[in-house]
Amino acid sequence: MAIDNRRFETMSRDELSQLQIERLQTTLNRVYRNVAFYKHALDANKIVIETVRSLRDMARLPFTTKNDLRTSYPYDMFALPLRDIVRIHASSGTTGKPIVVGYSKNDISHWSDLVARQLLWAGVTEHDVVQIAFSYSLFTGGLGFHFGAEKLGASVIPASTHGNVRDQVTIMKDFKTTALICAPSTALGLARTMTSMDIHPQDMHLRLGIFGSEPWSRTVRDEIEGTFRITAYDSYGMSEIMGPGVSGECEKRNGLHVNEDHFIVEVINPATLGPVSPGEEGELVFTTITKEAFPLVRYRTGDRAHLLPGVCECGRTFTRMSKVEGRTDDLIAVQGVKFFPSQVFETVLRVQGIAPLCRIVLDVKDNADTLEVGVAVAAGSEYIDEMKTIENLRRSVAQSIEAELGVTATVTFMEEGTLRAEARGKKQPLVIDRRKL
Amino acid sequence: MLRILSLASGYAKLRVLKSVSLHVNPGEIVAVIGANGAGKTTLLRTIAGLVRPWSGDIVFSGASLPGIPAHVVASRGCVLVPEGRQVFAPMTVEENLFLGAYTRFRKRAGASVKSELRRIFELFPVLEQRMGQFAGTLSGGEQQMLAIGRALMAKPSFIMLDEPSMGLAPLVVKEILATISALRVSGCTILVVEQNSRAVLGIADRGYVMETGSIVLEGTAQELLNNTDVQRAYLGKEYQRINE
Repeated sequence: MAIDNRRFETMSRDELSQLQIERLQTTLNRVYRNVAFYKHALDANKIVIETVRSLRDMARLPFTTKNDLRTSYPYDMFALPLRDIVRIHASSGTTGKPIVVGYSKNDISHWSDLVARQLLWAGVTEHDVVQIAFSYSLFTGGLGFHFGAEKLGASVIPASTHGNVRDQVTIMKDFKTTALICAPSTALGLARTMTSMDIHPQDMHLRLGIFGSEPWSRTVRDEIEGTFRITAYDSYGMSEIMGPGVSGECEKRNGLHVNEDHFIVEVINPATLGPVSPGEEGELVFTTITKEAFPLVRYRTGDRAHLLPGVCECGRTFTRMSKVEGRTDDLIAVQGVKFFPSQVFETVLRVQGIAPLCRIVLDVKDNADTLEVGVAVAAGSEYIDEMKTIENLRRSVAQSIEAELGVTATVTFMEEGTLRAEARGKKQPLVIDRRKL
Repeated sequence: MLRILSLASGYAKLRVLKSVSLHVNPGEIVAVIGANGAGKTTLLRTIAGLVRPWSGDIVFSGASLPGIPAHVVASRGCVLVPEGRQVFAPMTVEENLFLGAYTRFRKRAGASVKSELRRIFELFPVLEQRMGQFAGTLSGGEQQMLAIGRALMAKPSFIMLDEPSMGLAPLVVKEILATISALRVSGCTILVVEQNSRAVLGIADRGYVMETGSIVLEGTAQELLNNTDVQRAYLGKEYQRINE
């Protein structure tokens, strides 16, 4: 299979580390001059950037956390003035204040290159018709993949996520889509709709899919691959780092190659903050080494994964990371929506007549994630025997959760005592995740 | 070809290079641009062995250079065309050129020196015409050609040029840059330091931007030309925009 940029993708580890240290040093010089946060962070830790002489010295650099980025809202982490910024994206605000990120001309060009590279790894070429069913918005997924696919020369259908699922399937069929790019949950929805519309996969031209932006299990992959009869590739990225194109699977589908000529990846123990031993699972930490507008030094992603040992059979020398195995915090991803359990709890608290207790159960039914919220009627509420009142309460809890978090939840009523006993000594609210990743 | 890792150097107590890392791949033209006093010349002088590095490493063709005297560095094929030409004014053009082959004379390589001289005259026909003339009487552009020619007499695989366009008329600058591109075609790898950023980025593959002893930006020549900071600071683009 073709290698897009052989010089970089197959460079020796020795050459790569020279390139990385050069780029890391220039990045440090720029963030120290241009970003108040980093000047302060480096000065406060008494780190003179000239003493960062090798990649090993990175361990002395301070971390950047999601919270740092949130407090920088909207532009405080930008290393360039707005007149040099040509694009602005933002992470979704479901987990607090959104994080605003900017791109310079060169950033956009690198981003497109990296996405194009990753599409090529999965076997997409200029002959493909690529349907992008990611939202074209502040979210980096849509436009990120779009520019990369265009750069590759594919025929791009910016289907986005609006409109109904049947239209999306009709486009796939009529426009002869060969490659689908979307969130795995979207792909599942499309697969089911296709089945319900009585369209046989043979009537489609789809041959592969690239899915990302949320963790997905092997069973989901199997169902997508089985229903569409395609090969599914995993993709990893996040808007803080750049968007899609940070890492992705090659044709061997044995781990995701990290684009190490643009990012330095580390795996740390989230408790000690020290490095894990090679191959051990920990928190992914990324440093951007070519970004001009929004450079990040040692950004803690909160994603848990491990690096795979050895060199990939495909010949690329970039290190490989495993699929994301979970979160270091309690962030929940359900139906493509990300939120913290505390947000569910706060919503429940606001509903009149409900006890300040709740239990969150995550499960998989028909290969789709389900969210069940167990609540109890507050003691002393009137008419609790009436079915109608209970139904109303149930509806109002479900509606508030849907309005607040944008996710559909099944609400079940439990005995207050049972709920209290279950929650005893544990962090509120209790989260039970029955899904297998 | 050349790999520099976290190089620091300077003069007496004055630290000029803070922690500079860069590399040049075989067959590349790499440009280092930056304002006066950024440390560009010190960088080249440190590589050439004229200034002793304080820390860091310079690896040329697989061998570490720090500690090796300048004439040995030159005889290994890494030569410097110094800033301001530095031709020997009271000597003839021919004598200047022969001095460039100084490290090889001892090996009694007379014939090869002669053939090298012919090659240089092909590259710079004007030097042949001025062969017997004192170098000091040449024009700036001719002196620059002489300085490059003198460096080529050492049969280098790697040439470092320090401000080759300095003090030259725009047309002559064009000619000199064309010569540098031609050197690459003849198999040389080139590291060129320039203040005339636009001109040098036109012929370079990659570039580094230096600021007060550190590298603040690196990338392909095109990426640097696209960078708005470079445009403002080194290409005078903002100035133009105000005029328009």
